Amino acid sequence: MPNMSLTKNPMPEQDPNVRNHNFKEVSTGYTAEMAIDEAKRCLNCKAKPCVNGCPVNIRIPEFIAKVAEGDFQGAYDVITSTNSLPSISGRVCPQETQCECHCVRGKKGEPVAIGRLERFVADWYRENVNAMPEKPASNGIKVAVVGSGPASLTCASDLAKKGYEVSIFEAFHTAGGVLVYGIPEFRLPKAIVQNEVDKLCALGADLECDTVVGRTYTIDEMFEDGYKAVFVGSGAGLPMFMGIPGEALAGVYSANEYLTRINLMKAYREGYDTPVKDSKAVAVVGGGNVAMDAARCAKRMGAKVYVVYRRDEASMPARREEIHHAKEEGIEFLFLNNPVQILDDGHGKVRAMECVKMELGEPDASGRRRPIEIPGSNYELEVDTVIMSLGTSPNPLIRSTTPGLEANKKGCLVADEETMATSREGVYAGGDAVTGAATVILAMGAGKKAAVAMDEYLQEKYGK
Amino acid sequence: MVKIVRKKVLNPSVTLLEVEAPRIAKKAQAGQFIILRLDEEGERIPLTIGDYDREKGTITIMFQKVGLTTQLLGDLNEGDTILDFVGPLGRPTRPELGSDVKRVCVVGGGVGCAIAYPQAKSLHEEGIQVDVIAGFRSKDIVILEDEFKAACDHFYLTTDDGTYGEKGFVTDKLKALIEAGNHYDAVIAIGPVPMMKFVCKTTEPFGIYTLVSLNPIMIDGTGMCGGCRVTVGGEMKFACVDGPDFDGHKVDFDELMNRNSVYREREAREKERHACRMEELAAHMIH
Repeated sequence: MPNMSLTKNPMPEQDPNVRNHNFKEVSTGYTAEMAIDEAKRCLNCKAKPCVNGCPVNIRIPEFIAKVAEGDFQGAYDVITSTNSLPSISGRVCPQETQCECHCVRGKKGEPVAIGRLERFVADWYRENVNAMPEKPASNGIKVAVVGSGPASLTCASDLAKKGYEVSIFEAFHTAGGVLVYGIPEFRLPKAIVQNEVDKLCALGADLECDTVVGRTYTIDEMFEDGYKAVFVGSGAGLPMFMGIPGEALAGVYSANEYLTRINLMKAYREGYDTPVKDSKAVAVVGGGNVAMDAARCAKRMGAKVYVVYRRDEASMPARREEIHHAKEEGIEFLFLNNPVQILDDGHGKVRAMECVKMELGEPDASGRRRPIEIPGSNYELEVDTVIMSLGTSPNPLIRSTTPGLEANKKGCLVADEETMATSREGVYAGGDAVTGAATVILAMGAGKKAAVAMDEYLQEKYGK
Repeated sequence: MVKIVRKKVLNPSVTLLEVEAPRIAKKAQAGQFIILRLDEEGERIPLTIGDYDREKGTITIMFQKVGLTTQLLGDLNEGDTILDFVGPLGRPTRPELGSDVKRVCVVGGGVGCAIAYPQAKSLHEEGIQVDVIAGFRSKDIVILEDEFKAACDHFYLTTDDGTYGEKGFVTDKLKALIEAGNHYDAVIAIGPVPMMKFVCKTTEPFGIYTLVSLNPIMIDGTGMCGGCRVTVGGEMKFACVDGPDFDGHKVDFDELMNRNSVYREREAREKERHACRMEELAAHMIH
């Protein structure tokens, strides 16, 4: 019997006033009973509109049917036949704008909780089976992957499964890109990312950390060393600042720096050497997911936290779920407010941030109503720390050290939309390095497309 | 993971380590730096590449024991390993000087001499006339004297207290040399921030191009966080990718000193943890 409930099974979560003092995962995940019950809400409709919304083409009704039968291994096999990182995408994907927004059940009531079910299946597998994949027979062709974020991990995994000898080059000491330095532990436990990386290595991929492509090793040298194709998934890690007075004061961070200290360097944990400032009151400037992550980290470090955003709540690019979680955790939102300058305490440290109130004017080129300052509405917000979360752009290091690699005005690599091929033969690119800062799932989709095109290219040129 | 192949104690607080890092040694140029992390709980710290041997595949670093990580690093011995060692990072110095430079004065202060030395050496090998002024607080902390003498045309050594060489600061000597008619196309100053600031103040009235090697706080060293941002000529620059060398007459030194002091209290607390971290590190290496 299908479950005709109009609402999703709710996700068990830590209490907001408990979780805002720890870095443990907010959502504790479905039990098997909850998952089976939710799976029965899927009508297994013929049109399968949900699948079209998924950038990595998971056969959604098929895996959900397996869950409804209680065949979790079967469900895992269906998911991983097209998606290498289900425990990650099930957690961080904006399903409300991808698969779930196409779900028929969503026309009257809530859509099927596809993301929660995907996560359940991946977690069940890791906790109950956790078998490492076997290395497929090698085809002898070497390929290089630059970076180890979601685009690269997906591309490397798909190529390794086809028998390519894959080497991944990562600048940091840990693989995962934004999954380890950016997204906090309470949204995506690092042990889960590591488990996915371990599986990739079991498939035969070779991971070389501490290698900065463009400095330690160049793409030209990779070809000289016998790599036949290269995938560039180096992301968009270069933070933007506002250019207002006081941004160089002690206590002003980019969100990337603040999150890297906390997540990658584990500044929140006793016994780790990397420091992070003890803050009493923090202003996070911006309205994206990264701003939500920074604000929620600062809250867990014991500070009073404000999110300062120049537009209204409806214009925030962050996921609704993240905004909701942040509010539950006691973070205060100052919509239609914009920083003008950061003020000195007389000793080079942040004393306050001067803000001005805004109102919305006519729509701009992006179609959103442009925020305009209200003259004379300036006031001082008492904070000792400011975290700038205004977005990021691609790092110029790779394009500046790789002759013939075309980039656009914004510094994004130019790649074909279908094949992800760049202007250099044998070099493919995907993820934020091409699109600028976007989402994990779009990066995974790009990595997947590139792997298909690289395989075709390599088979034509070097296959038997 | 890299292995330490040579250790030399240069003075009570400055240590030299030579490590096996063939890929970095192949690429390294004077002025570039590495970032290292000792173990899983460790922080990432930047250190300038003191020397490199492309054939042996080794990199030499020289550092002062000033805090927890450098204390722990200084306690390591030949045969020990360092978990992470990344580089070469930053832009090399040489192109910043231009191609028509004929005579340069390299000014090193304290442990900064460890970084000034490879600069002097590589310029001297290129046939550029190099004078070196090396300044120390007192005689007991003098380093690299013989190495410097072999790597330049004129070598001047100063101590603040006059216990060795000429008494006074490097800026006194530099000013005297310029006023005596020595013409320099460029001055390279490497040392504590106040020392670099005063070298720039000394050369500014003479209009001598002065390059400084900045040492802001860094985390990744690849341009993704902006922790190392400095103001140069009114513009925000990231020292790890745009530098670390900059035109000293354009640098906001006071801002740099302020930003470098953010974690001072925490660093003092950390140093007290030295003993127990040393045990952990030892245990980690045995396994």
